[in-house]
Amino acid sequence: MTDIATYNFAYLDEQTKRMIRRAILKGIAIPGYQVPFASREMPMPYGWGTGGVQVTASIIGPDDVLKVIDQGADDTTNAVSIRAFFKKVANIAVTTDTASATIIQTRHRIPEHPLTAGQVLVYQVPIPEPLRFLEPRETETRKMHALEEYGLMHVKLYEDIAKHGRIATTYAYPVKVEGRYVMDPSPTPKFDNPKMHRSPALQLFGAGREKRIYAVPPFTDVVSLDFEDHPFEVQTFDQPCALCAAENVYLDEVILDDHGGHMFVCSDTDHCEKRRNAPTSPLWGGRAEGAGGGLDQSTPHSTPTPALRADPPRKGEGKEIQ
Amino acid sequence: MTDEPLLRVSALSKFYGSRVGCDNVSFDLWPGEVLAVVGESGSGKTTLLNCLSTRLLPSSGTASYRMRDGQFRELYRMSEAERRFLMRTDWGFVHQNPADGLRMTVSAGANVGERLMAVGDRHYGKIRATAVDWLSRVEIDEDRIDDEPRAFSGGMRQRLQIARNLVTGPRLVFMDEPTGGLDVSVQARLLDLLRGLVTDLGLAAIVVTHDLAVARLLSQRMMVMKDGRVVESGLTDRVLDDPRAPYTQLLVSSILQV
Repeated sequence: MTDIATYNFAYLDEQTKRMIRRAILKGIAIPGYQVPFASREMPMPYGWGTGGVQVTASIIGPDDVLKVIDQGADDTTNAVSIRAFFKKVANIAVTTDTASATIIQTRHRIPEHPLTAGQVLVYQVPIPEPLRFLEPRETETRKMHALEEYGLMHVKLYEDIAKHGRIATTYAYPVKVEGRYVMDPSPTPKFDNPKMHRSPALQLFGAGREKRIYAVPPFTDVVSLDFEDHPFEVQTFDQPCALCAAENVYLDEVILDDHGGHMFVCSDTDHCEKRRNAPTSPLWGGRAEGAGGGLDQSTPHSTPTPALRADPPRKGEGKEIQ
Repeated sequence: MTDEPLLRVSALSKFYGSRVGCDNVSFDLWPGEVLAVVGESGSGKTTLLNCLSTRLLPSSGTASYRMRDGQFRELYRMSEAERRFLMRTDWGFVHQNPADGLRMTVSAGANVGERLMAVGDRHYGKIRATAVDWLSRVEIDEDRIDDEPRAFSGGMRQRLQIARNLVTGPRLVFMDEPTGGLDVSVQARLLDLLRGLVTDLGLAAIVVTHDLAVARLLSQRMMVMKDGRVVESGLTDRVLDDPRAPYTQLLVSSILQV
């Protein structure tokens, strides 16, 4: 650990943190509204979570416990680096355990373990404007938000159905917040959209390059847009996680070899590891009870194939973990 | 039909600095009436049209529109939200260049359906059925519904633009050179179509054109503009057959005879 005194607490100077906190408060007061803020240069490139890092730096305190995930994983470069960054500049405790974290910074996933009141989920957002690819002019999109002209958003969904027979948008699926603002939930899979609805945790969104902050306060309505005859639905998977046999979780496809070998494993590594290590894990012949939120435990799935069980390749295997 | 006009325009002027766009234009437009505004380029036709459709704010003068509840509202005192709502429900605007009035990167069906979705229609099947119906009314094959307008010919684009504007059943349509840039046979079919739609739907329309033949075919009444001022107005047949103002006489005698 380098000398903490060389940095102000949590890297940003106090005036900057006040400015960002004001933007956050405004965002909380107007759920889903994109508040412009004076985004700072951070010691990382745009696209690596500069917005999320600034939000986290502004709300973090010495007693906070930080978890950082990147596509659900705690052990990928982005997650490891941001965790190390805050350990260094704020000297705070870090964790990979969803339940014991007070702040969770995330890139494109919401943890499987249900969030609780008092927790803050900080999203890294690349493009905060849900209408951007439909209307390139910022002056026009701001007017459309102001006047609640959201017909264009449905034009996109219409095009999906016309081309693919169903709404083919699978991530960054637009939502309406508290019946007013249409919001981009950041490129999370639409699988996670229902978790945002009336979540007890505070959800903050930071877009560093685009200089926007927005928020969803706890217990706020977040409704995915759809058509009456083509209602919103989340992704489903044919098989459970190959490592922990979890169902009703979001799975990643992992390529095993050059011969077409692949398997589907939990995208949320913390959730997956907990299930595998639990004494009630199906891998140990028991039943996983209460290991994950909303899991249907009535039909425990068969254990993975012996080959996989003998040497389960881990997600992020081979990566150096600091 | 009522005895009250749909649109009342009084002393409308628009100046660009010291230059005149249009000067002191007044007229009434009745429901179901088609008014042609003719004149050479630079005579202020398009400025007038843009002011009336609230795409431009005039320098002085008023225009009031009779809303569906029968109340007259002054256009330039309405909030932007109200004006935009009017623009996508009760009004239509057909641009000379269809690319200005269409979304070129979404399908024809979505172009027609956009206004329906903008006013809260959320049933895909119904939106699509309406789009199919309107495409057939403007003589576009149903199997082109999922094609982008980029793949359409100029005449088809213009017809698609008309369908997109008429789908919400507007009462007033503004048209800026609707047949500009089309070859004569396509022009003739488009005019035929427009005339049919205007009569069937009882639309009121203000058509800006430099083509006197278009004015003769579509409109009941016309205004002749020069240098921003109205030099003559009256029934279309009267103005074209018996032009009184020297400029109108010049204009009418300039038509090429084939």
